[in-house]
Amino acid sequence: MITTSEILETIEMISQQHLDIRTITMGVSLRDCGHPDVKLCCDKIYGKITRRAERLVKTGEDIEREFGIPIVNKRVSVTPIAIACEACETEDYVPFAETLDRAAKTVGVNFIGGFSALVQKGFTQGDRKLIRAIPEALAVTERVCSSVNVGSTRAGINMDAVALMGQTVIKTAEISQGQGCAKLVVFCNAVEDNPFMAGAFHGVGEPECVINVGVSGPGVVHSALKKCAGQPLNVAAEVIKKTAFRVTRMGELVAQEASRRLGVPFGIVDLSLAPTPAVGDSVADILEELGLESVGAPGTTAALAMLNDAVKKGGVMASSNVGGLSGAFIPVSEDAGMIRAAAAGRLTIEKLEAMTCVCSVGLDMIALPGDTTAETVSAIIADEAAIGMINQKTTAVRVIPVPGKTVGDFVDFGGLLGRAPVMGVNPASPAVFIHRGGRIPAPINSLKN
Amino acid sequence: MKAIVTVIGKDTVGIIANVCSLLAQNGVNVLDISQTVMREYFTMIMLVETAGCKVDFAALADILRKDGQEHGLDIRIQREDIFEAMHRI
Repeated sequence: MITTSEILETIEMISQQHLDIRTITMGVSLRDCGHPDVKLCCDKIYGKITRRAERLVKTGEDIEREFGIPIVNKRVSVTPIAIACEACETEDYVPFAETLDRAAKTVGVNFIGGFSALVQKGFTQGDRKLIRAIPEALAVTERVCSSVNVGSTRAGINMDAVALMGQTVIKTAEISQGQGCAKLVVFCNAVEDNPFMAGAFHGVGEPECVINVGVSGPGVVHSALKKCAGQPLNVAAEVIKKTAFRVTRMGELVAQEASRRLGVPFGIVDLSLAPTPAVGDSVADILEELGLESVGAPGTTAALAMLNDAVKKGGVMASSNVGGLSGAFIPVSEDAGMIRAAAAGRLTIEKLEAMTCVCSVGLDMIALPGDTTAETVSAIIADEAAIGMINQKTTAVRVIPVPGKTVGDFVDFGGLLGRAPVMGVNPASPAVFIHRGGRIPAPINSLKN
Repeated sequence: MKAIVTVIGKDTVGIIANVCSLLAQNGVNVLDISQTVMREYFTMIMLVETAGCKVDFAALADILRKDGQEHGLDIRIQREDIFEAMHRI
């Protein structure tokens, strides 16, 4: 029998340390929905999503009540629309986004991911049409998330796509007052089974339908670390490992249960530390608990590297299948500690870029001045993609140029997306470099220095 | 299905009697109880069997939660599996 202290520990994690299942995401293949006629194609997409995900939200809520563990989000990811709808005889891909939005509202999920294209080596016609549609698609829909993969370790970086995505981010910001950019991610080495938004899509190697679960718990790790204050870092790493193990075991249980009830295969558990703007649910707080005066201080990269690695080590044994992004997220606007450090000038974009070398994902939810040029955004994307390409890891950029705002202003994105101070960007121009276009060839994987 | 009921809050007269009668009214069998008062806080953990429960699990959880609120207590019922998963390999 489980002991009293173990039961109370679990209750405390849930009630006081924000332990939750961050998302149950159902991946749905749309590869059989292509049709030359736009309306028929949209009908097939709508029909398939609403049929497959009909019971997703209800099942999530039932599990939530029985286990007494909050499941914050229920979401759907689909085959990249550039692939699923390529056969369609149309120049305008916005109706597909509207269809996804409608389907998301019908099944009651708060985000649907997959308005996406994979262009690491080049564009197909569908890819170009999709990217062209992104700004309007994100402005006229509420729940649709978009992502574009512009590079990979095997293919190199498509610099034409990088240039295009810089312009797309700026255009998206202009017509949506910045809000649309919170739903747009530019990837290098995108993963096919990521359950977290805005970058989720259902990869082409995935089955017909699948359940992926994302766990979280920065608050739990932070509380556990408080108990070993002042001890050597290897002790702290052990504490993080054990905590990650427990959190992931809970994710595995929920994932298996959801998979069984929905009759859909279980894909992966993504063991990420995903912060929210709530006090006590911050990755920055963990880094500061390890002994940094503020996140962003020298030492931040080392502390984050240890945290990220320990989370993976603890989580891997706790789940039969680990995948997705798995690591620590560092979205500025979604983390109270990051917001505090950025507002105080202690956390800069350059330091965040260094941090992305050792943790999952990349420059995330960063508000930029409204006068940031498309070339600068492209160059930020290129830098981040290069880090991913060389280090064989996933990196991403989700930046938000906010029209009319300058460094130091605050922007509110609402809800889980949080609020952020506008951060300064190096003013030197990368325009000539970006306008060269072409490709950065795939890197050599030996002679590592 | 086995579940764990936890009752945490300020100690007052009749907490156990009240929770037990609520469970009995709904057809829930109590298998084991451990109870302690830490400082002035009352903490009770019960292992229960819900197979004969007259209402569904979510409704039972709601009944207990609401009763807890009326008495200034935090009353939860959760399937036993979650504790097993988290604390046992």
